[in-house]
Amino acid sequence: MTDTKKSTRQVNVTPKTSVSVLFAGDSGDGMQLTGTQFANTVAVYGTDLNTFPNFPSEIRAPAGTIAGVSGFQLQFSSKPVYTPGARFDVMVAMNSAALKANLKNLHQGGIIIASLDGFDAKNLKLAGYPDGANPLEDGSLDNYIVFPVPVLQLTREALKESGLTSREVDRCRNMFVLGLLYWLYTLPLDSTIATLHAKFKKNLLMAEANIKAMTAGYNFGDETELFENLGRFDIAPQKEPGVYRRVTGNEACAIALTAASKKAGLELFLGSYPITPATEILSTLAKKKKYGVKTYQAEDEIAGIVSSIGAAYGGALAATNTSGPGLALKTEALGLAVILELPLVVINVQRGGPSTGLPTKPEQSDLFMAMYGRHGEAPLPVIAANSPVDCFYTTYEAARIAVEHMTPVICLTDGYLALSSEPWKVENPDNLLPITPRFQPERKEGDAPYLPYKRDDRQVRTWAIPGTKGLEHRIGGLEKQNETGNVSHDPENHELMTRLRAEKIARIADSIPLQGIDNGPLKGDLLVLGWGSSYGAIKTAVEHALEQGLSVAHAHLRYISPFPKNLQEILGNYKQILIPEINNGQLIHIIRDTFLIAPVGFSKVQGLPFNETEILNKITDLIKEL
Amino acid sequence: MTDNDTTMTVQPVVRTAKDFASTQEPKWCPGCGDHAVLQQLKSVLPELGVEPENIACISGIGCSSRLPYYLATYGVHGIHGRALPMATGLKIARPDLSIWVGTGDGDALSIGGNHFIHTLRRNPDLNILLFNNEIYGLTKGQYSPTSKLGLRTVTSPSGVIDHPFNTAALTIGSGGTFFARAFDRDGKFLRGMLKRAALHKGTSLVEIYQNCPIFNNSAFDAYGSPESKAENTVYVEQGEPLIFGKDKNRGIVLDGFKPLVVDLDKKGLSTSDLWIHDETDINKAGILARFADADDLPRPFGVFYAEDRITYEDALTAQLNEAQINGIATLEQLLKGENSYEIK
Repeated sequence: MTDTKKSTRQVNVTPKTSVSVLFAGDSGDGMQLTGTQFANTVAVYGTDLNTFPNFPSEIRAPAGTIAGVSGFQLQFSSKPVYTPGARFDVMVAMNSAALKANLKNLHQGGIIIASLDGFDAKNLKLAGYPDGANPLEDGSLDNYIVFPVPVLQLTREALKESGLTSREVDRCRNMFVLGLLYWLYTLPLDSTIATLHAKFKKNLLMAEANIKAMTAGYNFGDETELFENLGRFDIAPQKEPGVYRRVTGNEACAIALTAASKKAGLELFLGSYPITPATEILSTLAKKKKYGVKTYQAEDEIAGIVSSIGAAYGGALAATNTSGPGLALKTEALGLAVILELPLVVINVQRGGPSTGLPTKPEQSDLFMAMYGRHGEAPLPVIAANSPVDCFYTTYEAARIAVEHMTPVICLTDGYLALSSEPWKVENPDNLLPITPRFQPERKEGDAPYLPYKRDDRQVRTWAIPGTKGLEHRIGGLEKQNETGNVSHDPENHELMTRLRAEKIARIADSIPLQGIDNGPLKGDLLVLGWGSSYGAIKTAVEHALEQGLSVAHAHLRYISPFPKNLQEILGNYKQILIPEINNGQLIHIIRDTFLIAPVGFSKVQGLPFNETEILNKITDLIKEL
Repeated sequence: MTDNDTTMTVQPVVRTAKDFASTQEPKWCPGCGDHAVLQQLKSVLPELGVEPENIACISGIGCSSRLPYYLATYGVHGIHGRALPMATGLKIARPDLSIWVGTGDGDALSIGGNHFIHTLRRNPDLNILLFNNEIYGLTKGQYSPTSKLGLRTVTSPSGVIDHPFNTAALTIGSGGTFFARAFDRDGKFLRGMLKRAALHKGTSLVEIYQNCPIFNNSAFDAYGSPESKAENTVYVEQGEPLIFGKDKNRGIVLDGFKPLVVDLDKKGLSTSDLWIHDETDINKAGILARFADADDLPRPFGVFYAEDRITYEDALTAQLNEAQINGIATLEQLLKGENSYEIK
């Protein structure tokens, strides 16, 4: 292989702190793969990064159309980054539809690398440009730096003697573009070469062709005069030394469940039914058999959760994962888990709703369902993750609470966290909190009768699992007599049990950390109170606001039910509270209802995450009004 | 230890039906067939050599689903239709347990119909007792998916127009590995079927014709009353010809795929010409299942079909063992992952 890092021409390399790139093309163009490879390379290179895949729910929407555009955005930086970037600096547009769909989010003066074959008459028409109009030629892109590259032609030339069919050759063009981007950002090719070798282990020809196309793209950057004025860029590595891995939110959830089972000394059982965008939790865990993980792809969402309740009764760390429509189907069984008082982790990867809604797009609109979506008085803990890596810690915490407090726990993530990724410094097992199941010991002859619903001072009952001598007992969905668990329709008893179940959940507040302030002053004008995946956008916006000298702080909730004990006190330290949510305003209801205050809401319901600019503008406006 | 220590030999505890009876008094109506099923189950359990703490009884909702409360074993009375997924999850987590499921025609075949077919094809080692009374009892007499056409109930005042399920055909069609039919009034036979179900490794489905004296009384009288029982039922037994009738003079022959009733006296046929029952033959089991749809054929009771097939939990265990051939992986390995990289 030629040493691609050495340039034959003298092209300027400019250091840069951070760059946001969008790879956009048809959903069959391999943009997710291209973006993922780029992300792997910058991660290994040592920059911080944050990714955001954005694709249609159809596997192959009509080629060339706006509906079929698939995008992969990432920001990589010499400083910590928490978002994929409000707008991107560089856009790779594999066709005219990709350009049209995404141009509004490209910075003025940004770079467009356009694959020329995607701008022929047919593609322009499919993208809905008027007859004869071509944005690459009509001056409409004068505010941007445009590089039209004959990607297809150059890929075909590079792979002339590859032995592949012409269709296979054409499909390598995403690798050409990837190579060109590696050149532009002075990044090494070896990480992708290793991946391609592994991916096409049984098809050497294909591996070589992909590598050749990528190298050709890299060399094209080197040889062409096209980029003479622009030059190349270098984003210096920033990560502290250590062992890292890159995880998506879904992967992090799967790893956390397995880690919790190991830490608790329990077997993990996941009963699940495939649903976008939660499925990777199931598929990741299905590959963890060597850790003793049992996965069960049930016939439907209901069987997914109910099989998990069965496993929990048997003494497993039981979990189920789903997205909105699935959580709706699971609600009756959740009520059962509440009244049985068995541990169960429910991971809900939120997506746009109602109904089928926007299956591949994130939304924070299941908070009400998580909090209240069961019949009867059925409180349970609700916690929410705020980043792909935080999906690990939050899911682990969900398992800890479930096992130690004998309750189902809903852990909320969303489609954005689920599929986006960031580097994670490999965690030391000793740093994870212990998880201690309280199994009821065997009952010997002469011992007092076993009382399944006798509680400790936290109102938690013990876990009596089949196979334990002397504890044979029957539990069920019918209301039960206090302590004995026998069926009871007694009015006073029902009220007592309702109160005890609620108190058990409320007392979890005693064992969770107090709410902290993520950034900004402990008292001040404005507190931005967030939850879930808006963390990165809020954090970045508040950083900017603080730089501008505004009196703004950021607090981000992981625990929504119960709230941390000091939350009320924190809320009282600011003149105004702003609650941004990717829904029509749900946390704001709960905060208002709990603390009788009047925060300001900020909603976005577009199937897209917030970006930092939107939040910063809102902060600035609000402070002006104070 | 002293010479006169007598605790050296541990006598196996001899269990009786009493050991499996909980302190709860059954709350089924007087005369309900469920009492008979409970009684037979309690008498079979001591013979299985499984201690009460290693048995779990799982149920859904309905009269029959109260079963767990009356057994001194572990048990969960779950939600409507979902006994089978709960039992499956428990079995996968705990293959060591003996698991019984109490369910009814509404619970298993209507609201839980999806779970029914999928459980059967997966074949976890469960013993399912399907109490079929052809009616909804607990909700007070609405028709069920096994109610006969024309049955007048509160929700079918002009008669049922929904074609009923054929439980045996549904079981076999779903890939079930064991189907037996029993009858609440024939306790001894029922007991035999419960024992066969317990011994079958895989999902055993025992359909029990069970009389609801309140909402569907006498639905099964044709198979139980002394005057009609012999002419309307055929008890199948492995390797034995299909013979029935008060004088044991009627038999079944197979004419191609068509079962025909023959008179052993008239035609000079011998029993060796008759259909010999073979519970391993899925095609014959399918024909036997369809007897219920024909007016001129007796209703079969007994084990229609029994197939030896790997259970779901054994197949999963085999995969886990293979994945753990080099020992179970550690938490350190998990956290490090397979694509980690070092930044120096």
